[in-house]
Amino acid sequence: MSVVSRGFRGRARDALHQLPPGQYETTGFPVLSAGPTPTVPLDEWELTVRTETGAGRRWTWEQLLALPSETPTVDLHCVTKWSKFDTEWQGVSLDVLLQDVESSADYALVHSYGDYTTNIPVEDLLDGKAWIAHRYDGEALPPEHGGPARLLVPHLYFWKSAKWVREIVLMHEEERGFWETVGYHTYGDPWREQRYQGD
Amino acid sequence: MTPTPDFLDGNAAAGDLESLFGTDMTMASGQCHGCGKQMMLAETHAYLGGPGTVLRCPGCDGVLLRMVRSPHDMWLDASGLDHLRLPAPA
Repeated sequence: MSVVSRGFRGRARDALHQLPPGQYETTGFPVLSAGPTPTVPLDEWELTVRTETGAGRRWTWEQLLALPSETPTVDLHCVTKWSKFDTEWQGVSLDVLLQDVESSADYALVHSYGDYTTNIPVEDLLDGKAWIAHRYDGEALPPEHGGPARLLVPHLYFWKSAKWVREIVLMHEEERGFWETVGYHTYGDPWREQRYQGD
Repeated sequence: MTPTPDFLDGNAAAGDLESLFGTDMTMASGQCHGCGKQMMLAETHAYLGGPGTVLRCPGCDGVLLRMVRSPHDMWLDASGLDHLRLPAPA
């Protein structure tokens, strides 16, 4: 019974796999970087959330791992046109990290170790849509894929899932990030094929 | 084991640069806004294959230039360079 049951679920899940327009499936996990891979010792790693008033919350690595985590299985869609199905992560939901943060800001600018940034509406970070991911495929997240920890926002193009996440700044006015300031779409919904400004 | 560098030298961006500037830019020289280093663009560190082309300073790793090509536009931010100097056309 259990084999039949697993097979049935597997077919059902495959049937749900759809590629957004203009995408193709890959089974690899391409590494795309706009700069050198930072080395962040775990005893120096920290994540900060800073609000529009300047107030901040900070978590060390140990504090992050002590928070309740989730294990989302999600599809990834890169703006360079590859998609990867059923990737398995472990991380802390942004709902947990932001639950005690006093803010009425609508926008976030996410900063990485290094100089990468990307902008995301706050509502796209909440309600189970985003995580600070620290494990991938059952292992510690490797540096080339954003370890020690990266943002994971799988419903948007993957450039929004900032590797090596360091700080989330909440603000009233949207401020565009590294790729958004040179032509990429401010929001980046793969299902509406929002690759570039004007799409 | 030596880690594999994740960049190429600036010559790897020659095609992208020429498509934008209309001339071979690898012998153009520039100065990093961050650290002041003078260099040929061929000496920069090029990150390719992602959403766009990024050239970084071999001295401080700061961003010198970002280029993106969309179906309709080419985008350039060269604010990481204090100046660019190109050989005059013959």
